[in-house]
Amino acid sequence: MMSSEPGAGTRASLRRRLWTVADSLASPRKAADYLDMFRPMRRGADLRARVMEVRDEVQDAVTVVLRPGVDWRGHLPGQYVRIGIDVDGIRRWRSYSITSTPAIPRSSEGEATLSVTAKAVPGGLVTNHLAQELQVGDLVHLDQACGTFVLPDPVPRKPLFITAGSGITPVVGMLRSGLDRLRDAVLLHSDRTPGDVLFGPELRGLAAAGKVRLIENHTDADGRLDMAAITELVPDLAERQTWACGPAGLLDAIEEHWAELGIAEQLHTERFRTARAEPGQGGTVRFGSGTEIAVDGSTALLDAGEQAGLLLPSGCRMGICFSCVLPLREGAVRDLRSGELTIASPGDGVLVQTCVSAAAGACQIDL
Amino acid sequence: MTVLQKKSDNPIAHLSADDIDEIGRRLDAIRAEVIAARGASDAAYIRRVIGVQRTLELGSRAVLLFSKFPPAWFLGTAGLSVAKILENMEIGHNIMHGQWDWMRDEKIHSTTWEWDNASPSEQWKHSHNDLHHTYTNVIGRDNDLGYGIMRVDEDQRWVPMYLAQPLWNFVNACFFEYGIAAYDLELGKNLSTPKRRNDPEFRARGRQVLRKIRSQLLKDYVVHPALSGPSFVSTIAANATANFVRNIWTHSVIMCGHFPEGVETFSRSSIEGETRGEWYLRQMLGSANISGTRAMHVMTGNLSYQIEHHLFPDLPSNRYHEIAPKIRQIFHDYQLTYTTGPLPKQVASAWSKVFRLSLPNDFTATLRTEPKVALKSLLGRRRRPTRRPAAPLSAAA
Repeated sequence: MMSSEPGAGTRASLRRRLWTVADSLASPRKAADYLDMFRPMRRGADLRARVMEVRDEVQDAVTVVLRPGVDWRGHLPGQYVRIGIDVDGIRRWRSYSITSTPAIPRSSEGEATLSVTAKAVPGGLVTNHLAQELQVGDLVHLDQACGTFVLPDPVPRKPLFITAGSGITPVVGMLRSGLDRLRDAVLLHSDRTPGDVLFGPELRGLAAAGKVRLIENHTDADGRLDMAAITELVPDLAERQTWACGPAGLLDAIEEHWAELGIAEQLHTERFRTARAEPGQGGTVRFGSGTEIAVDGSTALLDAGEQAGLLLPSGCRMGICFSCVLPLREGAVRDLRSGELTIASPGDGVLVQTCVSAAAGACQIDL
Repeated sequence: MTVLQKKSDNPIAHLSADDIDEIGRRLDAIRAEVIAARGASDAAYIRRVIGVQRTLELGSRAVLLFSKFPPAWFLGTAGLSVAKILENMEIGHNIMHGQWDWMRDEKIHSTTWEWDNASPSEQWKHSHNDLHHTYTNVIGRDNDLGYGIMRVDEDQRWVPMYLAQPLWNFVNACFFEYGIAAYDLELGKNLSTPKRRNDPEFRARGRQVLRKIRSQLLKDYVVHPALSGPSFVSTIAANATANFVRNIWTHSVIMCGHFPEGVETFSRSSIEGETRGEWYLRQMLGSANISGTRAMHVMTGNLSYQIEHHLFPDLPSNRYHEIAPKIRQIFHDYQLTYTTGPLPKQVASAWSKVFRLSLPNDFTATLRTEPKVALKSLLGRRRRPTRRPAAPLSAAA
């Protein structure tokens, strides 16, 4: 609706006034807190999603189909979404790759769904909860989709996808939504055995239909995927735009090799788990004007603060979404991924990512 | 009561320093057990209570739209009273204690919660969580002892103003939420001199309280009544009654926590260098419980388990009834008095003390003249416990 339409401004201001009255009725709560009891997925509510289906995949992986609230803005193929789930009563936020195709715009509330696929890791609190405890009908908390590891529009010529293990999840989202438009696409995927390959039958079906050239590397039989193998399997890789997702070691090797070839700008990578540098010294961290805790050099400030009972802003917990940044008023922190030191003097107020920063001496974090 | 250290029959004289350390260790173990077991069912509990409270409040307010009709007035007022009590006690008080912070739900968190009370959460958390819970029953440090307007201990000096304290206490009960706001502002002290009156920090806090009171009054006495149209006046009366009922109830419950006979007080000097065990011991002796049904406990915000709450102010309130028998066993093992009783008895006990201490000690014939003995020196004697071997308490005890 155009804002120039007569009455639109009046309606908006009327709506605002009604909300003010409703909030004063609900005080000290918000009117929204009461509306949440009846319509948690309505427009304007905190973004939530209803679990529609929980489906087992191979190798302890699980696909969860969600119907998001009205304010869900959709996603681009390859993006991930942060989902907040209560596990043992504690709200845990984790990021998962979206594996479904972007939904067609909807006319009414909640017709579209999105799927995320997660692979269980030993001791993986949230993923195990997804697989074992999550019930159809449960409500989970949701954030808008994010991430720059996406299939561009228009699609590139001759794309190459290199994936290993659960690194296939963002790529399967791209393939599902882009294959009809992709020409001469190559998917090089590595996993332990043919039976371990996530979405194996679907991918092989696509290959059989001639939609994609699928090259499987099975580490039990063929050994780890290394640069020599990649170069041999995809001789024309220098001509291709490449999307790679998998373990840090593989991605490091790929990044190095692409840089050597001088085609680094043709490479797009996505890391699920950050490669962490050697622990530093640790120190006493003071949060705001109150809580002061001794933290070792390998514990992220966010984890340490939460263990001390603080409610800190948090996001992806792997250093990419910047939801968790807080000002470092004074002291030094070390980036757990790179080992890089950040030192602040009083007044600097450098923003640091608490989820990937550890104390490197005494420091003061403002809240 | 008299400051514990001055008593001839000091109730902890039989405890050695080792005993007190052991009490501390046993209590720490109980705490660790609850924290390890805390989980989804606890989270479901607080969400259920919040859900019930909101449903009840919505329903009652809806019924009160027709409060002109007496049955609607009575039903709505009763429902709203209960909803307001639940909101302040089992929900507000306990959330602001951080009992539910571990859930990492920003809507049920001590840093974000605002309660249906004249006192802003932020100020209440300071005077209650920091001061009262740290200096429990220490004369001169814990202003909850008589809220600074009453004499509730023989060791507080008598002045003629205290003659009227039964009246103060009654007035305070009727307007308790405003009493709390004034108390959190330390209004008496801060209005006493021009310098304090004009302190910018005090003035800012004063404005914060006035803003809170304004939105509270607007809600109960303007917007909801206006919405009920022809029932305007009767809705005002209903809301005022619900606030009054909530005030009387919370005042009574809170009086039962630290005022009844049997609760000990402590001298300022006794807490210097206090060990963890000694801190626990002070909480054990400085608090009193209320016995009753589960529903009663919920309505008191589980402050009926005042002893358990003072030992572990940040454990989820639904766990207090579960640990109470273990706490009681510790009292029994160390021959300490677990002060408890039904609500009417405890309220009567607290009120009788308010009346008794409105008069000087000479009138009450309870004046004690024993020399002051510090807790430390009592402990220093390391007397062997003279207690009998304790039999385990039965669960029904």
